[in-house]
Amino acid sequence: MSEYVVLGDEAVALGAVHGGVSSCYGYPGTPSTEIMEYLLEYSEKEDGPFACWSSNEKTAMEEALGTSFAGKRAIVTMKHVGLNVAADAFMNGALLDIRGGLVVVVADDPGMHSSQNEQDTRFYADFAKIPLLEPANQQQAYDMTREAFDLSEKMGCPVVLRLVTRLSHSRAAIVTKEARKENPINKADNKQDWMLLPANARRRWDSLLGRQKDMISYSENSAINALTMNESNKDRGIITTGLGYNYYKENESELSDNPSHLHIGVYPVPEDKIRKIAAHVKELIILEEGYPLVERLIAGLLPRDLKITGKLENIVPLQGELNPDNIRPALGLPARESAAPSTLDLVGRPPQLCKGCPHDDTYRVIKEVQAELEESTVTSDIGCYALGALPPLSVPETIICMGASITAAKGSSEAGLNNVMAVIGDSTFLHSGLTGLVDCVSSKTDVTIIIVDNETTAMTGGQTTILPSSRLEGVVRGIVGETDHVMTIPAHRKFHEENKEKLRKELAYKGVSVIIAVRECIETARKAKK
Amino acid sequence: MKYDIILSGVGGQGVLSLASVIATAAAKAGYKVRQSEVHGMAQRGGAVMAHMRISDGEIFSDLIGQGTADMILSMEPLESLRYLSWLSPDGIVITSTNPVINIPNYPEESEIKSALDKLKTRRLVDDKTIAKEAGSVRAGNMVIVGAAAADLPFGMDYLKAAVESMFSRKGDEIVQVNYKALDLGSQIS
Ligand code: SF4
Repeated sequence: MSEYVVLGDEAVALGAVHGGVSSCYGYPGTPSTEIMEYLLEYSEKEDGPFACWSSNEKTAMEEALGTSFAGKRAIVTMKHVGLNVAADAFMNGALLDIRGGLVVVVADDPGMHSSQNEQDTRFYADFAKIPLLEPANQQQAYDMTREAFDLSEKMGCPVVLRLVTRLSHSRAAIVTKEARKENPINKADNKQDWMLLPANARRRWDSLLGRQKDMISYSENSAINALTMNESNKDRGIITTGLGYNYYKENESELSDNPSHLHIGVYPVPEDKIRKIAAHVKELIILEEGYPLVERLIAGLLPRDLKITGKLENIVPLQGELNPDNIRPALGLPARESAAPSTLDLVGRPPQLCKGCPHDDTYRVIKEVQAELEESTVTSDIGCYALGALPPLSVPETIICMGASITAAKGSSEAGLNNVMAVIGDSTFLHSGLTGLVDCVSSKTDVTIIIVDNETTAMTGGQTTILPSSRLEGVVRGIVGETDHVMTIPAHRKFHEENKEKLRKELAYKGVSVIIAVRECIETARKAKK
Repeated sequence: MKYDIILSGVGGQGVLSLASVIATAAAKAGYKVRQSEVHGMAQRGGAVMAHMRISDGEIFSDLIGQGTADMILSMEPLESLRYLSWLSPDGIVITSTNPVINIPNYPEESEIKSALDKLKTRRLVDDKTIAKEAGSVRAGNMVIVGAAAADLPFGMDYLKAAVESMFSRKGDEIVQVNYKALDLGSQIS
């Protein structure tokens, strides 16, 4: 036993290492990035387990399935929107005969601190009909990661571990336990259970449905799903999930008569325990981090005269994170008094591109050329360059999801917009821009794609890109073919006028042009010098 | 005992290493600590805020409740005002007086000054000048920590031990500069 002060993400990484993981895959995305960063560093220092970044979340998921096929334990990490990318492999993976524990760690971002949406991964686990574990603190993050591997092998399916930003990026002390050894190679013996041809898939689906009762009884008996009854208080009961537990506990001492309390951290939900608390009270208050999953489930299960207080009526906020304050109205507690706020106009201070960022130079080229045109459109993508959407640049007009700049540009151009430019980063291009480029070439679409290549994955802290910059032009040429309309330019003020001229020319060309604007991110450059 | 601190500043100012010194010191003094951080997009020159909770009992929430923070500790004056709704009516604001002006509509310095003067309990720190005196312009965040020392629930020894464990890799000279920054900061009242 030793004690470490770690981020929630790092607790998961340590849990995986001590849980005998053999391979770790992932794609960087806030707030999940630090899990893989820890694993990469650990594996370098300790010579194992195998850890690497993948091109995207889908490839990561499939690589992890391959490790599991070999009988070894694998972990795959991503942020919530990354699971959309991996969804095909994820949903199908649920039907395979998993013998080497497979843990899918997904970090949600309620409050959208650095994300495009708030989706709740618990719905995906419910959708795929596999178990999900949801830690409420760093210690549970460590323990549940270990438990998730065992559970995966016990239930014969992947298990999801759901984190949220506030846990991923909070530090506290954890106590670790003795490390378990890796599994030996033990390749799946019945290949019919790994080939999802319709006949096999139907059998596997039947098998997965048949295991649901084992999953529910596991969650029913889990010590995490703790039910504390107060026989004398028949008015109110509380159900918490995830970090809702912490915020409830924070306020509990102010309640006059402690309500009965059920916490849910292991899914599918423990139905008997829910029935038991519901039968005891007139009102159930539900505090869950994310969407109203439990609330919706039980609204259908329970008697109609029971009052349910939660997100559906927006008494607990439907949007954003829970916190110690916004659950107080549901508990009937008054707002707290605070120091007087300042009367000064507290102007906002949004994030911005660093001074001297290469993207800034590229956007200035685009902005000035745009000013000369009667009509133009710029689609953009997910990465530091998304910050170019804020003043003073304000260039991008769409930011949708990874890779969508190129495909959205294609659609806009095909709808009849002129001078359409797509801005995309190097990592994003390799993540899911490549196939969009293939589409453009196949349709001979009139677009100008500007790959802003800063030689790193900057937004998530500067991970090495999956292929070095020097390879990018070759990759693009391979798709576009031999043409003068693929070029690399230096993203630097010194070449401002030349770069403008090149962009003007490519906009005038009616077909696919790709301009790769290269200069290293100044943050990574600074770190490398240190 | 519980002591809750809101830490604020601008992305890139080293708010997290400031947090880390206090958290390490608190842990060395035997307290439980929870500290939430800001990563990713919000760090790029934007407003940043972190919650730090220190207690001798169990801490459930990573977030501090409104009106319950004992201290706002800020690396930037405008940012020290942004989170007053977290401060308890008897809480203290300790802030750097040196503005980071990276937005076009930053208020006049006199307006900020008078807003700070209206606070019930406040300690204003010219961390830049003092850090220079200590021997390194980069030690500004340690000056701010020093200025908070008198109110923290543990002594200067623990802060120094934390500095030692965090900076010893970088050599004794850096450790000494940071000690001095802490000491000079602690003399501000
Ligand atoms: S981190 Fe790099 S890419 Fe991102 S804004 Fe700063 S310089 Fe630009």
